[in-house]
Amino acid sequence: MDQAMIEFQSVTKQFQGGQPAVDNLSMSIAKGSITVFVGPSGCGKTTSLRMINRMVEPTSGTITVDGKDVTSVPAPELRRSMGYVMQSAGLLPHRSVLDNIATVPRLNGVSKADARRRAEELLDVVGLARPLAKRYPSQLSGGQQQRVGVARALAADPPILLMDEPFSAVDPVVRDELQQELLRLQKDLAKTIVFVTHDIDEATVLGDRVAVFAVGGKLAQYATPEEILRAPANDFVASFVGRDRGFRHLGFTASDGVTLHSVPTIVRGRSGSGTDPDATSGWQLVVDEGMRPLGWSTPGTSTGLIPGGSLFRPGESLRRALDAALSSPSGLGVAVDTEGRVQGVIRGGEVLALIEEARQLRQAAL
Amino acid sequence: MEWFLANIDMVLERSGQHLVLALVPMVLGLVISLPLAQLARQNRALRSVVLTASSLLYTIPSLALFIILPTILGTRILDPLNVVVALTIYAVALLVRAALDAFDSVSEDVGQAAVAMGYKPLARFLRVDLPLSLPVMFAGLRVVSVSNISLVSVAALLGIGNLGMLFTSGLQRGFITEIVVGIIAILVLALLMDALLVLLERLLTPWERAGKIRPGLVPAAEGDRA
Repeated sequence: MDQAMIEFQSVTKQFQGGQPAVDNLSMSIAKGSITVFVGPSGCGKTTSLRMINRMVEPTSGTITVDGKDVTSVPAPELRRSMGYVMQSAGLLPHRSVLDNIATVPRLNGVSKADARRRAEELLDVVGLARPLAKRYPSQLSGGQQQRVGVARALAADPPILLMDEPFSAVDPVVRDELQQELLRLQKDLAKTIVFVTHDIDEATVLGDRVAVFAVGGKLAQYATPEEILRAPANDFVASFVGRDRGFRHLGFTASDGVTLHSVPTIVRGRSGSGTDPDATSGWQLVVDEGMRPLGWSTPGTSTGLIPGGSLFRPGESLRRALDAALSSPSGLGVAVDTEGRVQGVIRGGEVLALIEEARQLRQAAL
Repeated sequence: MEWFLANIDMVLERSGQHLVLALVPMVLGLVISLPLAQLARQNRALRSVVLTASSLLYTIPSLALFIILPTILGTRILDPLNVVVALTIYAVALLVRAALDAFDSVSEDVGQAAVAMGYKPLARFLRVDLPLSLPVMFAGLRVVSVSNISLVSVAALLGIGNLGMLFTSGLQRGFITEIVVGIIAILVLALLMDALLVLLERLLTPWERAGKIRPGLVPAAEGDRA
């Protein structure tokens, strides 16, 4: 798996009369992995990405793909061997969704019928309904356009996907959805993906490896997201990763040891379900008939339903566990199974103890 | 009205001549302008030269051009070729500018996406830039069509057959009806050409009028088949 697919060898790009946009970059990108280039604007991350498919030519240095210098292939051919997804989706406004997806196979000389058949399959792959095929891009939502962009990039089944801030123009909920879809797709496809973003959260969620770029086009750190959050290489990376990095880092720690406690529940609309409110806290979890959590209530204050916090599924990270406990009005994080049924609750104090335990384990391992 | 009905054949013949003299230069102008604008787009210096030259060309009085051209081209003064060349010059002057605006109207992102997908320069020009620039291009063509149809009548002063001859002969004979018929015929011609161009644009740019559909609303499969 760790075989290098893309390699930068002392690559420098200097635009006319300016500071170098990319300064002596050397790095190796592993086959079948997601590598995220992250950094503030003007750090050369997009320029670096565009040098891979020769949208930008380096001033000096070489880039190889699969051991071959990228300049040994004519640029248009090289580009067709790599999927490209950009921020605005960049769909051709005068072509239907289906024809947009079929673009690269058509350029490669695949017949119209075959290219369209392939495009239809890809609609399913990226989760778009078939009736959307005949629409023009302007008739789609931003999230749908990005899905078409991803489908188009996949159409010729290239081994490499270049993604230039593909999800930064969509709203946070859709972005989250698209990120999860990309991870799901990647499980089946195992492409070599280079992904550019300015969002460190997106980088740590998606990246197998993260390359942090500093202004001036210097590679500040290149490591797994876990390592970047745990041990930033220098002050720049530490400040870029931000104040919440300790909390984000919990996203990489398993919550295996967390204890589930039972919780008094009450089915909504039914009084006196038989379970007494918790003797110490007085909180009761309100659920529906299928044992799915609806919110909390306290018998003392008869204000009805108090909205609950985030839910936690056993097996998720400590970050999720802690968030469930912290966001719950009762201080008890609700744990649910995959069907969404209540399994029990977790206590914030116990999660914190686990976090401390994990820290000591790491310390001992060093 | 009686005069018009009596001379309908003559008016139709003059209309035909008029249309040819107006349309051929428009088509030639387009054929010259598109590659010229594409070149100017890639070269900043050429761009300013082209834009300045096109403004200057359009300021040359048409009558002067009709008279100078025969000495340059070696044609007879009555040769319709003079008119075609003169009007082509005006068409280029207007269309180069329109074509540059039209190409500029294609979003940078779309151009970048086309390059990233592996379009070669010529294919990108023909299959991406050109179709997407049609809406702005057609706006330019409509101006040229009207401008040419009106300018052709000036050539009647030199005795080159077109609807403008209804003005010259009407003036000489002091016969107002003939002049009015000429004006109406030119007007009708201009309106017809404009309508034709609008229609053509609609046919060539179906995506421009694709109705906005509420995002996320997927039509029911049954509804689609019906």
